[in-house]
Amino acid sequence: MAITSADNRGLRLTVRYIVLVLIALIFCFPLVFMIVSSFKPDLQLLQDSGNLRAFLPVGDLSFDNYFAAFERAPVGLFIFNSVMVTGVTVLLSLFLCSTAGFAFTFMEWRGRKLAFTIILATLIVPFETIAIPLLLLASKLPWIGLDGLTYGWLNSYQVQIVPFIADGLTIYLFAQYFKDLPHELIEAARVEGATWWQIYVKIVMPLSGPVLATAAILKFLAMYNQYLWPLMVVQEEGYRPVMVGLQYFFQLNIAWGEVMAYLSLITIPVLAFYLYLQKAFIASIASTGVKG
Amino acid sequence: MTLHKTIAGAMLASTLFAGAALAQTELTMWYHGAGNETEMVLVNEMLAEFNASQSDWKVVITTFPQGAYNDSIVAGALAGTLPDIIDIDGPILPNWAWAGYLQPLAIDESLIKDYLPGPKGVWDGKLYGIGMWDAAVSLVTRQAYLDELKLRKPTLDEPWTGEEFQAALDAAKNSGKFEYALDLGMAWTGEWYPYAFSPFLQSFGGDMVDRTTYKTAEGALNGEAGMAFGNWWQGLFKGGYAQATQDGADRDSGFASGKYAFSWNGNWAALGALDAYDDVVFMPAPNFGTGSKIGAASWQLSISATSKHADGANAFINFALQPSNLARFSKGLGLIPATAAAAELTDNYKAGGPLAVFYDLSQRQGLLRPVTPGYPVAAKIFEKALADIANGADVEATLDAATDEIDADIEKNGGYGH
Repeated sequence: MAITSADNRGLRLTVRYIVLVLIALIFCFPLVFMIVSSFKPDLQLLQDSGNLRAFLPVGDLSFDNYFAAFERAPVGLFIFNSVMVTGVTVLLSLFLCSTAGFAFTFMEWRGRKLAFTIILATLIVPFETIAIPLLLLASKLPWIGLDGLTYGWLNSYQVQIVPFIADGLTIYLFAQYFKDLPHELIEAARVEGATWWQIYVKIVMPLSGPVLATAAILKFLAMYNQYLWPLMVVQEEGYRPVMVGLQYFFQLNIAWGEVMAYLSLITIPVLAFYLYLQKAFIASIASTGVKG
Repeated sequence: MTLHKTIAGAMLASTLFAGAALAQTELTMWYHGAGNETEMVLVNEMLAEFNASQSDWKVVITTFPQGAYNDSIVAGALAGTLPDIIDIDGPILPNWAWAGYLQPLAIDESLIKDYLPGPKGVWDGKLYGIGMWDAAVSLVTRQAYLDELKLRKPTLDEPWTGEEFQAALDAAKNSGKFEYALDLGMAWTGEWYPYAFSPFLQSFGGDMVDRTTYKTAEGALNGEAGMAFGNWWQGLFKGGYAQATQDGADRDSGFASGKYAFSWNGNWAALGALDAYDDVVFMPAPNFGTGSKIGAASWQLSISATSKHADGANAFINFALQPSNLARFSKGLGLIPATAAAAELTDNYKAGGPLAVFYDLSQRQGLLRPVTPGYPVAAKIFEKALADIANGADVEATLDAATDEIDADIEKNGGYGH
């Protein structure tokens, strides 16, 4: 009887792993297709797309599509711009939104609930509805830089960063996570005479690894995939991000191999960032139930 | 001593040139060619020549990928950052002129008196844009196919009638030699649909909108002629003559590999066809009742309404319209030069050249897409309707719905200034 039970457990485990492997394959297929296709000439790529060869590194493979992609567009510049804009936005966002979440969770102040409700309400406002007013505003804002005082933020990094530093979802994530932290710790620190800043830096932040990872990944993806806003506010090639750069490859006759090579290249930063933070991200998802 | 004189002379010359360069006022220009290296080489050559040809103006270009270009222009107009010179796709021009993005051109009339009709961007009686080239579509086949299928070779003076075209498709299909009789280019989407297919509708006697008033599509798109067109269009796919959805590779190489008997394709693909076969024939569009028609108008140069240097921008456009420049783009990109004089400077389009027929097609069959600010919306609706009908949607219901949608947009925009 015990042997049968062990057999059943083994069978269940095997079936479970088979299902998990199948699901993993389904999620991996687009990536495998993209990477494999990036090494194939266009004609072969399109001929293979109707069968399993699409996922196999077979046929006439070369780096030609990568060389051609770099010739067609300043790929390195676009990746640098996106990583720069995304990286700075993520860092500033983590700081600003976590301090906001901290203030909403631990500090008592008049209008706190109303302010939090208003911030939550911004979650239902699509960006497209405020894009044009934001564009008009950004085109007139003052800026002090190397050229002194200038007006208009178009064609700059700051116009791609500043509007996205604070957002309702990230503040909400931090506030929700902070609520579950043991409040006794905060109260004890207050009794000992710690300032709010000390509590934020020395107690709350060291306990917030999972939510920091979650917020960082969500913000990273949103920023890295930006298309509409940079399209509107960036005219100079020098500030263009990767998603606008993708359009360089969509001529009348689309060079699909180059498209795949470009997509493979611009996927590298996203994968690297996710792999770096994945453990903390999964821990946070498991603890808060937030879906990415 | 001689060396000293040479150095002194060189320094003096460089100082003078530098002075001239410093005196040049900067003209900004936006162009849609980012990612198209061949085109940008030609554009940059022309700009360098213009900048060196005079001491008053210097054009500085910013390029955009075509897919992002129109949205960037609209955003630039909203933010007040449009450059002096912009290029613009012909059928969009009335919309941007109506929206106040553009100002009329002041160019040398003698340069455009012998122009093809397509490259002239006119709205409300004023010239807002001018193109250096046009594009044309033809029915491509091989003489060997015509002989084998016992078909008459249509000419500009005597194109195939609708019945003859149908007989040709039947002959190709029944021969069993081809996978499909006709390659319509269904793999291409977007502007290809109204550009390439609305002339069929117009040849039937219908249109995307009623051009007498431009205030409704009623009767034009869904009238008797529109329905006849819609049924014919659906019959192409139901009858197995053409594919409703097409692989991009088939569009690129299907005709060259013998998959199709006839291909509805543009002059930009003609050299590829000539490379594939030595007996390629470029034939005019069939006449479905009101004459053979093909789409006209391509990219044009224009000046933004906010430009403070319209005189400089006009000077640049005048320079761009020289026959040598028109020929430059034709030679480099295979485009149809906008004048016969420029065509004579090219091997492909000069009289007797392998692509000369496309110049004649543009001149005699070219029809502008509806000249109205409502065109961009109508074009999208038309594209969707044709795709739906190709995939089996009810013709009458689809064209009626498209008509209502176009009319609603015209009404919402107060008639678009008509």
